[in-house]
Amino acid sequence: MNTIEETKTIEAAAFRRIRIGYGIALLVTGMLIFLLFGLNTQAGLSSVFGMNLPSSQAIVIPDLVIPAQATVYALAIVIAFLGAFQMSRGIHSIGWLVGALAFAFVLAFLVWAAQGKSFNLVGMLQSSIVRATPIALAALCGVMSERSGVVNIGIEGIMLISAQAAVISASLASNLYVGLLVAILTGGLVAATHAYLVIRFKVDQIVSGVAINIFGVGMTSFISSRFLEKAFTNLNNSGTFPIIPIPILSKIPIIGPALFESNIVIYLMIVVVIVTHVILFYTPWGLRTRAVGEHPKAADTLGINVYLTRYINVIAGGMIAGLGGAYFTIGAVGRFDQAMTAGKGFIGLAAMIFGNWNPVGAFFSSLIFGFADSLQVKLQILSVPIPSAFLLMAPYIVTMIVLTGVIGKSTPPAADGVPYEK
Amino acid sequence: MSEKNQQQPAKKGWLRQAREAALVPALAVFTGLLIGAIVIVVSDADVIAAYGNFFSNPLHAIGLTFSTVATAYGALFIGSFGSFDRLVEGLGIYFSTGETRQLLRAIYPLTESLVSSTPYILTGLSVAIGFRAGLFNIGAEGQFFIGALCSAYVGYSISGLPAFIHLPLALLAGAAGGAVWGAIPGYLKARFGAHEVVNTIMMNWIAFRLSDWLLTGPMQASGFRPVTPNVAISAELPRFFSDPIRLNWGFILSLAIAGLVYWLLFKTTIGFELRSVGNNPDGAKYAGMSITRNIVLVMTLAGALAGLAGTVQVLGVDRWVGQGFSAGYGFDSIALALLGKSHPLGVVLAALLFGFLRSGAARMQSMADIPIDIISVIQGLVIIFVAAPAIIRRIYRLKEKAADEESTVLTRGWGR
Repeated sequence: MNTIEETKTIEAAAFRRIRIGYGIALLVTGMLIFLLFGLNTQAGLSSVFGMNLPSSQAIVIPDLVIPAQATVYALAIVIAFLGAFQMSRGIHSIGWLVGALAFAFVLAFLVWAAQGKSFNLVGMLQSSIVRATPIALAALCGVMSERSGVVNIGIEGIMLISAQAAVISASLASNLYVGLLVAILTGGLVAATHAYLVIRFKVDQIVSGVAINIFGVGMTSFISSRFLEKAFTNLNNSGTFPIIPIPILSKIPIIGPALFESNIVIYLMIVVVIVTHVILFYTPWGLRTRAVGEHPKAADTLGINVYLTRYINVIAGGMIAGLGGAYFTIGAVGRFDQAMTAGKGFIGLAAMIFGNWNPVGAFFSSLIFGFADSLQVKLQILSVPIPSAFLLMAPYIVTMIVLTGVIGKSTPPAADGVPYEK
Repeated sequence: MSEKNQQQPAKKGWLRQAREAALVPALAVFTGLLIGAIVIVVSDADVIAAYGNFFSNPLHAIGLTFSTVATAYGALFIGSFGSFDRLVEGLGIYFSTGETRQLLRAIYPLTESLVSSTPYILTGLSVAIGFRAGLFNIGAEGQFFIGALCSAYVGYSISGLPAFIHLPLALLAGAAGGAVWGAIPGYLKARFGAHEVVNTIMMNWIAFRLSDWLLTGPMQASGFRPVTPNVAISAELPRFFSDPIRLNWGFILSLAIAGLVYWLLFKTTIGFELRSVGNNPDGAKYAGMSITRNIVLVMTLAGALAGLAGTVQVLGVDRWVGQGFSAGYGFDSIALALLGKSHPLGVVLAALLFGFLRSGAARMQSMADIPIDIISVIQGLVIIFVAAPAIIRRIYRLKEKAADEESTVLTRGWGR
C-alpha cells in the first residue's frame, strides 16, 4: 500500500469515527430531550420568553409565546433525525454538530423550565454579559500572557489585589476613574512581579502563580480586616459606575438593552476583546508575540527580543486583569469583601482554554459560563427541581472535556510555560 | 535523620548535607517572617503616628516598632508553644495535688499546633509525591474535601459496628474518595495529555460545588446549618487526653504514613520508577517503564494522601464536615512541599512549621489584634523565596550553587 492510499484510509477511518460517534451522540441527545423534558412537559402549557426589559429604552417587540410540549417534541425529533442523517451520510464539521447539539439541548431545557411561566430572555442575556465580564477579562489576561509563552495562574490574586486597590483609591479620591486607573496599574504591577520572577529568576511559572494567589488572598484579607472593616469603613465605600446607555444602539431590540445599557467596565471589556484580537492577529507585534510563544528560539534568531516581548505581554495581561478586578468593586457593588473574586480568575482560565487561546473565542466561552451562572440564579427563582450546584459545575466539567480533545480541540502555544534560555 | 546519607552516596557527611539542604528554606522562612513583621509595623496606626513625630522623639518610634513586632510574634510563639510559666505552674500543681487540669491547659497550645500540623503532613506528602514524579497536584484542596465527606458519610451512616472495623472502614473510605478525585486528572493526563494543573484546579471547584449541594441536601444533619451529622463514636480516632485537648492518633498515623511514603519512594521499585518518570520521562520510557501507568498511580496516591488528610481532620478533630472545611490546607501544602524539597522528612518538618504558625496565628489575632491572614502573606513570600533561591542567595550573599542543582522547573507548560 503506498502512502497516499494509506493516508486516505486513515482519513476515511477518522471520518467514519466522526460520523458514527456524533451520530450516536445526536441520537442520544434527541432521546434525552424526549425523556427528560418532553415527558415532563404538560400538554397545553406555553412558555413565555420576554423580549423586553421593563426599564429599557429599546423599541418594544412582542414577547415570544411558544407551546411547550410541541416545541420540545419537535426539537427531540429534529435532533434525532439529524443523528440518523449523520450516521448514514455525515457532516464533517464538528463545530456545527456540537453547536446544534448544545443549542437544541439548552433550548429544550429552557422551554421545559419555563413551561406555564414567563422567562425574560433579554434580562437573561443582560445578566449573562454582566457575569461574563470578569471572566472574560481574566481569560484575556491569560490569552495575552500565554500567547507569549508565560503561564499565569495568578489571575485570581491579581484581580483581588486590583479590586481592593480600586475601591480604596476611588474612595480616597472620591473619583471612580482614579480607582479604575489605579486598578489597571496595580494589575500591571503584580503581573510585572510575576514576569520578573519567571523570566529573570526562572521560577516555575505555576509556582509563582500559586504564590501570587496565596499572597493576594492573604494581603487583601489582612488589609480588609485591619482597616476596611474597622476604623476606615469610609475607604471601602466608593459607589459604582453609572449605567450609560449608548444613544441609538441601545434602541435596538434584544441586543440594545443587553449590550448597550451597561457601565464603563463592561464597554471597556468589549473594547479590550476587539483590541487584543486585532493586536494578536493583525499587527506585527502580535505576530512577534505568537512567534515567541510558539518557538522562542526561532523568534530570537530573527532578532525578536524574547524577554522584552514576554514582559510586555504579561504586564499588558495584568492590566486587563486589573480592569477585571475593578469590575468587582467599583464596577458592581462599590465595596470590597474578602475573597470576593470567588474563583472567577480560575473560570477565566477555563474560558481561555475553551476559547482556544483566542480573544474572541475566550469572550464567547466567558459568555457561555456567564450564561450558566445566571441561569442557575434564574432557575432558583423559577423553582426548577435541579440543584444549582450542578449548573455551577458545568463550566469546569466542560473545560475538562474540552482538554481531552474528544470534542473540539484546544491547542496551547507550543512554548507555553517553558522558560527561555538564550 | 540517618535516611539522608543513604539517599545520596556522597562524600560529604549527612549533617553537612542536611545543613546545606535546609539553608535556603530556613532563610526563606526567616525572610518571610521579616517581611511579615514589616507589614505588621507599617499597618499599625500607633507606629505610623510615632514616626510622624520621629524627629522630636526618635527613640519612642524605634522602641514602638520593636515592641509591636515583639507583641505580635510573642503572641504567635505563645499561641503555638504555650507559655513556659504556665507549664511550670501546671507541673507544680500536678505533682503536689495530682490535679491535671492546669497541666492540660498549659500543654493545650502545643497540642493544638500538632493537631494543625497533622493534615499538613498528609497534604504536603500528596503534593510532594506528585513533584517527585513530575506532576503538579494543585488539587489537594478538593481531594481533602472529598476525602472528608466520604469518611464522614461512612462515619455517621453506619452504626453498630465495633470500632476496629468501623474506624479502618472510615479511613479507607476517605482515602478512596481522595484517590478517585486524584485519579481522574491522572487518567486524563495519561490518556489524553490533558494538563493536570488545569484539571486538578477544575476538580477543586467541582468538589466545592458538590459539597455545597451535599451539605445542604443529602448529607445535611437535621437543622438549618449546612453540616453533616456527627460521626459515630466507633469511627472516631481516639484522642490522647481528656476533652479540651484534641491531639489524636491521626498525628501518629500521619507520621507513620510519612515513613511509608519515604520507604515507597526510595526503597522500592515502584518509587524508583516514579522518580525516574519525574526526572527523565524519555529515559524512563526507553528503560521500559510505563509513563501512563505511573502517572495514574502517582495521582491516585496523591489523591489518597490528601483524602486521608481530610479524613483524619474529620475523624480525629472536628467529627463533622461543614462548608469551607478544607480551609486552605490543600493550597498551603504546595508551599510546604516546596519548602520540604519534596522529601518526606522535609515535608514533615515544614508541616510542623506551618501547623505551629497556623495555630499561633489564632492567638496573635486575639491578643495582638493582627489579622490571621498575615500567615498567608508570609506563606506566599516563602513560596517565592524557596522557588527562587537566587533571590535568597543574593540577599544573604551566599555562594552560587552548581547550575544543575538550581533547576526549579517542575512543570513543562500545558504540554502534551
